[in-house]
Amino acid sequence: MKFLRNYLDKIKPNFEKGGKLDMFHAVFDGFETFLFVPNKTSKSGVHIHDAVDSKRTMTFVIIALIPALLFGMYNTGYQHYLAIGQNPGFWNTFLFGFLAVFPVVVVSYVVGLGIEFVVAQWKGHEIQEGFLVSGMLIPLIVPVDTPLWMIAVATAFAVIFAKEVFGGTGYNIWNVALVTRAFLFFAYPSKMSGDLVFVRTGNVLGMGSGQVVDAFSGATPLGQITAAASGPVQVTDVLGNPLSLWDMFFGLIPGSIGETSKLAILIGAVFLLVTGVASWKTMGFVFFGGIITSLIFNAIGTTPGMLIKPYEHIMLGGFAFGAVFMATDPVTSARTETGKYIFGFLVGLFAVLIRVLNPGYPEGMMLSILLMNSFAPLIDFYVIEANIRKRLKRVVAQSDNRGKI
Amino acid sequence: MMILQPVQSGYYTIFPDDFTGFSPKIAVKQGDQVSAGTMILYDKNDPDIKIVSPVSGEIVSVNRGEKRKLLCIVISVDKEMEYRDFEKKNVLQLTAEEIRKQLCEAGIFPFIRQRPYGYGACPSDVPRDIFISGIYSAPLAPSLELILKDQEADFQTGLDALAQLTPGKVYLGIHADCNIPALNKARNVEQIRFEGPHPVGNVGVQINHIKPINKGEIVWTIDPSDVLFIGRLFNKGIADFTRLVALCGSEVKKTGYHRMLPGVSIKNLVENNTTEGIALRYISGNVLTGTRIDTEGHLHAFDNQITVIPEGSETSEFLGWASLGFNKFSNSCTFPSRFIRRLTGKEFVLDARIKGGKRAMIMSNEYDKVFPMDIFPEFLLKAIIAFDIDKMENLGIYEVIPEDFALCEFVDTSKIELQSIVRKGLDLLYNEMK
Repeated sequence: MKFLRNYLDKIKPNFEKGGKLDMFHAVFDGFETFLFVPNKTSKSGVHIHDAVDSKRTMTFVIIALIPALLFGMYNTGYQHYLAIGQNPGFWNTFLFGFLAVFPVVVVSYVVGLGIEFVVAQWKGHEIQEGFLVSGMLIPLIVPVDTPLWMIAVATAFAVIFAKEVFGGTGYNIWNVALVTRAFLFFAYPSKMSGDLVFVRTGNVLGMGSGQVVDAFSGATPLGQITAAASGPVQVTDVLGNPLSLWDMFFGLIPGSIGETSKLAILIGAVFLLVTGVASWKTMGFVFFGGIITSLIFNAIGTTPGMLIKPYEHIMLGGFAFGAVFMATDPVTSARTETGKYIFGFLVGLFAVLIRVLNPGYPEGMMLSILLMNSFAPLIDFYVIEANIRKRLKRVVAQSDNRGKI
Repeated sequence: MMILQPVQSGYYTIFPDDFTGFSPKIAVKQGDQVSAGTMILYDKNDPDIKIVSPVSGEIVSVNRGEKRKLLCIVISVDKEMEYRDFEKKNVLQLTAEEIRKQLCEAGIFPFIRQRPYGYGACPSDVPRDIFISGIYSAPLAPSLELILKDQEADFQTGLDALAQLTPGKVYLGIHADCNIPALNKARNVEQIRFEGPHPVGNVGVQINHIKPINKGEIVWTIDPSDVLFIGRLFNKGIADFTRLVALCGSEVKKTGYHRMLPGVSIKNLVENNTTEGIALRYISGNVLTGTRIDTEGHLHAFDNQITVIPEGSETSEFLGWASLGFNKFSNSCTFPSRFIRRLTGKEFVLDARIKGGKRAMIMSNEYDKVFPMDIFPEFLLKAIIAFDIDKMENLGIYEVIPEDFALCEFVDTSKIELQSIVRKGLDLLYNEMK
């Protein structure tokens, strides 16, 4: 790697102030720090620093997302071939899914990082890693049939208006990936919900063409429950065969790309918790809040939505994915430890509440997290207020003593 | 550990900046003869606060920087040390006023620090309590047992003197398994036992657990090694600032303890005694709160250790953020080193690299883990950055000084200079409140 280092050192002066490529210094800097750990040493303050940095942290979130991404690719192919009644084997199924999903990943990254680079250059700061995670989350939470241009527009909107205007990574109020999804959801509702978007029925680059079988219905299990008139609903796959709990756990069901496999999400969750990147308090209490709320509905409920069992809530839709990867975003969730319990619990509560009581939205996770993102500062405010009150009380209690001194 | 030969140098350098909050006014001029204990500086705002020469000799130079800021005073040392006589006194028979005066006169008062603000104590204040941390927990900290060894009488005299200065108590924080006779048998103080890893030895943490500081209150703190100065003053009648200093760090060939005076050049100490061929960082003090010095640098006034670590500026690490990092030290679980440390007790060499770019605060609960006080560090820091005085007060600004945030700064993923944020905030607040 000596050669690369030398080459970078050679071209570096061009990117420094006054150099002819000064206008790309942020880009150069971004690549340099990506390739080599910065060897800048501390000038003041502590003389030693922990080896961890935000690149490391963000990389770990991306690693945690890889199982969900790979499975999402496979499932995209699986659902497609199920819909057209063919079975081309594992690798072809995966290849179809890869070809369908990969462009979404590319579009999300190119648009988001492009904006990030421009802003970094403009403001003269380093390129920040935050979007590396958002850019991976976005493809995983959209239906596979979302047109690429919509993803580009929504990503640009989210990065600019949900992040950069607030000051960039670390200052945003709402989770950037979820704002992207919310933008798509409200701007292009026909492409974000319903029976037609979650399973790719058309071909990809000529691959996997065929006629959709007669029995096909692309409704997600949650969509089926919302549409049902009464009673506990037996959810089915795209051909109308009943789905077992294991199907839902492994994730061979229609849904947004990354959300279907609870197994893949579980692997990611374990990884995030072991490495300490995500908070178990937030994550755990999202599930807890969801379970408690659905139990209450089970007890009083009559409609199909109210009768969904707690484990079904977790197994279906984006609940698990949101709990593990979205609610735990440290920037937009509560930042106090006590606050994390409350935040998590309420995310779970509202997700189930929206799913069950609002016929317009079969999936409540996105809105629930965004809602709680807005309230996270308020939760922290009250947690801190308790500390402040304690301190003030102390002053009152000791004020007699103070008078003497 | 052996105590090695004392370290001396031909010139001693006094840095007024060591004494945070002190506005120096020079009392001597170039060419003046001084003895150990002669005043060389006093505080512009309170002339009772004096800094004295630790050695006898001649003032060689008074160095100033931009805007005539006083940087340092260099004293060439006599062959025979000559001490100014302050007369032996029995502290138990002195009034608080007399002790105070004596401490000011002998230049020992600036070693007593106050909270809030972390400035030198003001002789006209009466502190609520005085806190002494009898635990050295910082990285590579010297052995307090060795420092206090054979000086139990001086230490006790120092404590007796301090006890007179407050209507409250003198609290001595000691380790749960403390076996240092000077601390265990100390009289006139209240011993409070603590245990745990660093920052257990930070006096700020101990105050927060014993009796937190409220708005309007003043407490004093002093390091046990500085208590010895007080004892020597009354028992021997001289201002003797001799310290037992640990030479430590991964790049030192022969580590050990040496007696020396503050201001001594470390040149003789480190010459031919450190790793060759790589850039090194010399620190007066520990790696968290120490002052950066160079090979010809000097021991600073408050420090009991000289640390030498690799600078690390010549390392270039390819894709370091992606490596497994078995040999990288981290408090986070994103590196296996944390588990390795726990299992094998392996030690790591740390260099002075920042190892990342500066970012906004992203991770939560990172500071809290290394900040064992009933304070929300992140929110206090944000209040300081915004300079919202009400909020700072409400969140506990009066209880902290920069060193309390040193570990937060070390573990920070976002590589923010937290200690300097706190220092600036305290300075601004002081100017606002006075």
